[in-house]
Amino acid sequence: MATEDKRITVALAGNPNCGKTALFNHMTGARQRVGNFSGVTVSRKEGEVRHRGWTIRLMDLPGTYSLSTHTLEEIVCRDYLLDQKPDIILNVLDAGNLDRNLFLTTQLIEIGRPRVHALNMADEARRKGIVIDQPVFSRLLDGPAVATVGRTGEGIPALLDALVDTAEQRFQPRGVAIPYDLHSDCHLEGAIGRVQNQLLGALPSDVDPDQTRWLAIKLLEGDEETVRRTTDQAELIRLVQRERDTLARDHGEPVEILLANGRYGFIHGLLEETVTQAADPANRFNITRLIDRVVLNRAVGLPLFLGFMWIMFETTFTLGAYPMDWIDAGVLWLSGFLQGALPAGLATDLLVEGIVGGVGGVIIFLPNIIILFLFISFFEDTGYMARVAFLMDRFMHGIGLHGKAFIPMLMGFGCSVPAIMATRTMENPRDRLVTILVNPFMSCSARLPVYLLIIGAFFQERAGTVLFGLYLLGILTAMLAAVMLKKTLFRGLTEAFVMELPPYRVPTARAVILHMWEKAVEFLKKMGGVILVGSILIWFLQSFPRDVTLSVDYAGQLATLEEMADTPEREQAILDLTNRQAAEEQEKRLLGIIGQAIQPFFAPLDLDWRASIALLTGFVAKEVVVSTLGVLYTVGEEQDESSVGLREKLAGAMSPAVALGFLVFTLLYVPCLATIAAIRRETVSWRWPLFSVGFSTAVAWLFAFVTVHIGGLIL
Amino acid sequence: MTQQSVQPTAPLSDLCSGREGVILGIRGENRLKRRLAEMGFVKGARVSAGQTAPLGDPRTYTIRGYQISLRRAEADQILIAAADSQAATPAE
Repeated sequence: MATEDKRITVALAGNPNCGKTALFNHMTGARQRVGNFSGVTVSRKEGEVRHRGWTIRLMDLPGTYSLSTHTLEEIVCRDYLLDQKPDIILNVLDAGNLDRNLFLTTQLIEIGRPRVHALNMADEARRKGIVIDQPVFSRLLDGPAVATVGRTGEGIPALLDALVDTAEQRFQPRGVAIPYDLHSDCHLEGAIGRVQNQLLGALPSDVDPDQTRWLAIKLLEGDEETVRRTTDQAELIRLVQRERDTLARDHGEPVEILLANGRYGFIHGLLEETVTQAADPANRFNITRLIDRVVLNRAVGLPLFLGFMWIMFETTFTLGAYPMDWIDAGVLWLSGFLQGALPAGLATDLLVEGIVGGVGGVIIFLPNIIILFLFISFFEDTGYMARVAFLMDRFMHGIGLHGKAFIPMLMGFGCSVPAIMATRTMENPRDRLVTILVNPFMSCSARLPVYLLIIGAFFQERAGTVLFGLYLLGILTAMLAAVMLKKTLFRGLTEAFVMELPPYRVPTARAVILHMWEKAVEFLKKMGGVILVGSILIWFLQSFPRDVTLSVDYAGQLATLEEMADTPEREQAILDLTNRQAAEEQEKRLLGIIGQAIQPFFAPLDLDWRASIALLTGFVAKEVVVSTLGVLYTVGEEQDESSVGLREKLAGAMSPAVALGFLVFTLLYVPCLATIAAIRRETVSWRWPLFSVGFSTAVAWLFAFVTVHIGGLIL
Repeated sequence: MTQQSVQPTAPLSDLCSGREGVILGIRGENRLKRRLAEMGFVKGARVSAGQTAPLGDPRTYTIRGYQISLRRAEADQILIAAADSQAATPAE
């Protein structure tokens, strides 16, 4: 009864859109963990399932079309398979689209691990009239094949049986190789053999004999990663180069194309022997074709898409407003409760103002983010997202980006954090980085309160125009910055638009909610730490030094006022006094000192030290600018964008041109702390968040400077 | 075979919507060639053209029973011979 020892690791590999994740979810149920592959943002899912006394550890690898090194997913996938050597590779195939799905299989064969094949989405294949001869299929591919339906769980017991059978070596692989010379006289096999021999002779200890064929083929393909790993083998490199040159010269095609031809030749033969399709292929993607005829239509495609986007944002902000109020109330209640329950003092202040206030200020966006991600998950899982990229590619290509960059840019109007997380769907790391870096220029919803306050104070009659102008400026700046970055730091080939348009599928509610939930948890985890530290830091700067020497005896004056008769004037006087005190304290605390120190930086923009500090605190979250302005312009503790008093004070303190410059600066400068954290997480380095801070501040300063000085001439 | 040899050779981008062609070869730089080959664009494969995006580019194609989209620049690199009798004459 050594059941504890009977453990195997199974890696799920397959194309995107083959239903791999649905199958994984059904196999593992709730017993799964989501994480990231170390150092990269490719998510990694792990789960366990017990079957016939075996504990099967399942690893869901990212969906890939191939095991080359075009995308991060491909690199992660092959590194895992080669270095971690899972006991079994579970190759998930879309049974209705075996032709292209099997291309990956031909590469998995060469990795040299036992394989089990899931002929997934068997229900769709049946509807298409596809019949697969499973015994022959298993024999030719040298691994059991089981028909499954990931959505419903059909076939999973048989699949688990096949995995355990393979683990118990009931199914003995006989070793299979793609015969590259079978369908043409390419002399590929000769070259592969010679490279293999050289490999075995050259690095006998490093090389797993099972992997020499894989390595030889990858070297002949000119695979950068494999070549890089063997650069010290001069002899080997020379041999490979010779073979590559000879083959390319003799056949007029690079070796990688000859090999791809060989792989598809093998697939063709395999399908001939194992798959029959009942007549009527006319019926094949009728539904998808029908939907596409409308969704991609020249006349209605774009309006329809804009309509969907409108519904998404409208729902996000109207429906999201309710839970936002509850969270707001909850945070307030918690602050009040803590203030009452704990003894007054520094620790309580830190907890209430720093931690609860700061983190609460970000958590409040959680409902918006959840709803936004619910829509995004739905669009992704139905197959509509690929159509969005298709519709918008021409436009995005014009600014040097891929069609897939459109959705993240649009989401930037809501909040940069989920927008930056959404760039993960982009394959080219360069394009993705550009999209991340220009995203904060899109005017997020947290900037709106600042606009409303300043516009209310200065541009009452032209409110709509100014507001529209700001959003437009944000979009244009983002586009300009993208073009600029692509021409300077991120030069190189533009990513080809070779993108699958998967058939439309109705996602299960469970899948969409799970998908959304994963993203929400990720948001919380990601933001929690940084926001906590940032909030504590700002609180510290605002609260120290504790004892500042004040120019006026506020306490004394307050005492005098309190003895007077209770009139509205007295109330006003008390409020003014406490505000003046708060403002002076702010001025003399660390943050105020810093604000005055950086004021020279803002001087050319004609901003005083108060506005400088306000912008500095906006680093935590942009809407904080409003409350800081409120405190510093001494009008009252609770300030919001509609306060009449603050508007009047501001109107007295700045000229309209300076106010416009302030708005432009607010729009474009430093992304907020949460965004910085998101950039840090998504790029896995501090380099890009720091670059983003410097870059956006420079752009903001320049644009604000121009606005103030040209605006001064006009306004 | 003889019939095919008299068929005109044209870039895939010139194939009329709804028509089918057989791939004769792929030009261009290796990275794109390889990516296309992985997705099934190899010599002898049949491909048909579908809808064009509202802004004029890219376009959908069907190959090996699935739908894929390519920009004009990429489809230009793929050479085809028309597969059906009503040949897809290059748009001139």
